[in-house]
Amino acid sequence: MIGPVLAVRSDQELEGGSVLPDLRKAPITKLQLVKYAGASGDYNLIHTDDETAHSVGLEGVIAHGMLSMAFLGEYLCWLAGPESIRRLSVRFVEMVRPGDTLTCRGRVKEQTAGNAGRQLLLEVWAENQRAERVTVGEAEVQIA
Amino acid sequence: MDQPPALSRDLIGRESEEVLFEVERGAIRKFAEAVQDQTPECLRGEVAPPTFPTMFRMTIPGLTFDLARVLHGAQEYRYERPLRAGDRVRCRLRVADIYQRQGRLGEMTFLILALEGRDESGSAVFTGSTTAILR
Repeated sequence: MIGPVLAVRSDQELEGGSVLPDLRKAPITKLQLVKYAGASGDYNLIHTDDETAHSVGLEGVIAHGMLSMAFLGEYLCWLAGPESIRRLSVRFVEMVRPGDTLTCRGRVKEQTAGNAGRQLLLEVWAENQRAERVTVGEAEVQIA
Repeated sequence: MDQPPALSRDLIGRESEEVLFEVERGAIRKFAEAVQDQTPECLRGEVAPPTFPTMFRMTIPGLTFDLARVLHGAQEYRYERPLRAGDRVRCRLRVADIYQRQGRLGEMTFLILALEGRDESGSAVFTGSTTAILR
């Protein structure tokens, strides 16, 4: 991975409507959900224990919404660098299950020039292998 | 099954204690590895991934609910700068709002929690807003 991707792009390439490159993640596994539970401290068993998931009417465990948000966080780091991120806001709209493969996508909504460089308002989302948007949101980044 | 009573709007404004969290290099690496985050600074444990503040868990007196019945509806973070290994952040969590709304699954309670993280000198580092949906 070479980043930040956007720093080398001209203003014209980052105008409103410009499509950003994709970041495809590896398929989500149950092991990853266990690891994420431990790393994040979210021990809600609907993410790691099928029995608990069944008891609340789910077919099986579902991924933490925050895992898909973390993917979008990585996406912003890749696009703009970790020092550049000013805001990330998301809504969790569809459930994500083990076996799903998420891809982070985005486009520029607006570019503004400020004292400290270029500010970009981005539309970002994670979609699954059926092209359904599972987590959708908006981000602000500042690039040189 | 007994339904727990809906959360009272009296809880709005209630806060956690201030809690000091230390951002540890190993915790950053573990988080980045779980996410399979390829950002070099994160994998090295130097800079925390953007959603790392989700680890800063606090309780608010009087606020309890059944975890298995909660949906995470939305989440926002705003940053003054990224968190780095060795940072010590003073965090506080507050009930920003509680309201009922009819949704796909019937009557649902929306709980909005506001998180604030400051450095040791008191300057804001990040804020968070969590929308939890209780069904």
